[in-house]
Formats: sequence, C-alpha cells, structure tokens
Amino acid sequence: MKSGRQVHVQGIKRSLLLLIALIFFISVAYQQIKPEPQAPSSPSVPQKEMAYAFDSKPSNPKPKTKAELQREKESREAFMVAYTVFMHPRCMNCHPNGDTPLQGEDSHLHTQGVTRGPDGKGLYALKCKNCHQDNNIAGLNMPPGQPNWQMPPAHLKMIFQDKSPRQLALHFKESKFTGFKNLEQMIEHVEKEPLVLSCWHPAQGLTTPPISHDEFVAKVKEWIEKGAAIPVN
Amino acid sequence: MATLTVNDKNYDVTVSPDTPLLWVIRENIGLTGTKFGCGMAQCGACTVHMNGEAVRSCVTPLSRAEGKKIVTIEGLSDEVGKRVQQAWIDEEVPQCGYCQSGQIMAAAVLLRTTPNPTDTDIDNGMSGNICRCGTYQRIRKAIHKAAQAK
Repeated sequence: MKSGRQVHVQGIKRSLLLLIALIFFISVAYQQIKPEPQAPSSPSVPQKEMAYAFDSKPSNPKPKTKAELQREKESREAFMVAYTVFMHPRCMNCHPNGDTPLQGEDSHLHTQGVTRGPDGKGLYALKCKNCHQDNNIAGLNMPPGQPNWQMPPAHLKMIFQDKSPRQLALHFKESKFTGFKNLEQMIEHVEKEPLVLSCWHPAQGLTTPPISHDEFVAKVKEWIEKGAAIPVN
Repeated sequence: MATLTVNDKNYDVTVSPDTPLLWVIRENIGLTGTKFGCGMAQCGACTVHMNGEAVRSCVTPLSRAEGKKIVTIEGLSDEVGKRVQQAWIDEEVPQCGYCQSGQIMAAAVLLRTTPNPTDTDIDNGMSGNICRCGTYQRIRKAIHKAAQAK
C-alpha cells in the first residue's frame, strides 16, 4: 500500500509528463502553420525562373577556345588601326558631331557657316558644289574637289567625331547608322567610294591619313572577317 | 574655243578650260558687275548662277560652265530677281556696294527655294557672303521685304 507521500510524488511526475507532451505538440503544430520564407520582390516566382530574371546571359555559355580568343584580339587590333583613319581630319571633317562640316588639320568649323541640308549637299546659296569643284584647285587653302562632294545626308549622319573606338565599332554594326545592309557593304564602301579615296589625294597643304588606303581597307576587312569584335573602350 | 551661255546669249571664247569663270565673264565677255573678292571661294562677291545654283565664279573653271546656263547680276531679270533688286533699292542696302551683286545673287537663290524665309533660313543661306561695310541687317530686312512683295 502506497503512502500519501508516494501518491503525491507520482502526481507531480504525471503532471510534468503531461506538460512536456503539451509543449511538444504546440511546437509541432506551430511549425506546421508557420509560412515559408520567400523572396520579397516576387514571392510567386519559382526559384529557377528568378535566376533568369536577374541574369539575362545564358547560365552556362560555351567557353571560347584559345584560337577564338586570339581571333577576337586580332579583330580588335585591326579596328584600332582603322580607327586612326576614321578619326583623321580628312575622314572625320565630313562626319562631324553637328550639321556644320569641319575644315583643316585642327577640324575647325567650316567657314561661311555651311550647313548639311536634308541631302547632305548644303543649303540655298551654300551648297557644297558651289565652291568644291570636280578636282582639287591648285594653291594653298583652296577648296578640295571631288565630283560628289557632300556630307552624309540628314537621315543618316554617320557621326564619327567624339566617338570612342568601342562606340564607333558598335555603330558600324548597326544598319541604321551606316545604311549598309551588312558589313560586306562597308568593305565595298571603304574600298571604292570616291569620297573615301579622295582622303588620300587631299588639296595642297592638307595631310593624308596615317596609313595607306590599301592598308586601311585591309584592316577594315580583317576586323570584319575575324568577327567584327568590339574594342573594350 | 568654248561656247558659253551668259544671260541668254552665247559667247565664243578662246581661253584655257581651267580659266576661272569670273575672268571669262569680266575680261572676255565684258560684264563687270560680278566682282573679284578673295579668289578662293571665301567671300561670295563673285557669285553667279549656274543652272540656278549660286556658284563662286572665281573657283569655277570654264570647263564646268560650258553647256550650262549662266546668269550674272546684269541678267537677273526673272520675277524673283526683280523683287530682290527693288527691295535692295527700297531699303538702301548697299554702302560701298562691292559685295552687293554677290549678295543679291545669293538672296535670289534663297527666295526661289524658300519664298518666305525665316531669319534662320536667311542665316543659313547668306552667311557665306561677306560684307565689310556690315550691311547685314539691311540685307536681312530687304530679303523679308522681297518675300512679302510677291
């Protein structure tokens, strides 16, 4: 027969067990109803889709081979040589960052305030061919000449001035900048366009671009044929 | 020998094909209203019309002018040309007058293509014709007047 003290101790033990069991069940129940942590900006987007939303590049691009990387490097280097021609006054003076052409070795604004006009051939009494003849005129500071002397037209200004190599290379790959359907047409342009060729036959006292026309064409071809890589800067 | 059509008349001239049109007009044909200013297409005093365009005759070789219709200040007698000259008289534009034949020839081309020019149009069309007397404001006023007179 149990004593009164033993009965009292057993009651306390039972109460403690019940309390522990109760705490355990409450804890389990809370875990069941607690919401899962989610991304604050798009809670309904699955994890896989979220990865694409933050990174537009392919998740696992094919690594370039050593040969491909070398080709890209050579393409960029070829562009950098051709760029010295694009930015030379003989070339850039008719590709200004504005509607007035530039003149001379310092690329100052054309005297008389000549303006481009819709077709690139000037306006009113100040059309290019009113002064520029079919050939250069002998003598210092005389107007250079070429049968189709003009700037790029207003709808296709082809601005070179102030463009970095990277900016210019990116532009050359845009049809809306060049008007060419493809880069092969650009090769034809730099190879055969009389206005381009005239850069190597300037009027008296004016310099020619830093490399020959043949070298220039070769560099443009190399840039394009090796992938028209874009310079870093 | 070359044949030149100036102010609707044909002239046979025996000069080198690279002779500037200005010399032929003044020395061979005897029309001295067109002036020599700078001789390098900078000032506009020598402006004449060649097939309706305001060319600088001091740098235009005779070979380029052959077969074209040349009009000098003496022959500027179409409706626009008359309006311009009358406005020049009304506004008393010239001071020394040396550049004025070139100014009038340039203004006539501007008004043919832009009958009601704005000040910007006038700037774009006339800024290549230099006037040492500084008659620019009267030139502007006369062009507006000629436009309104049509």
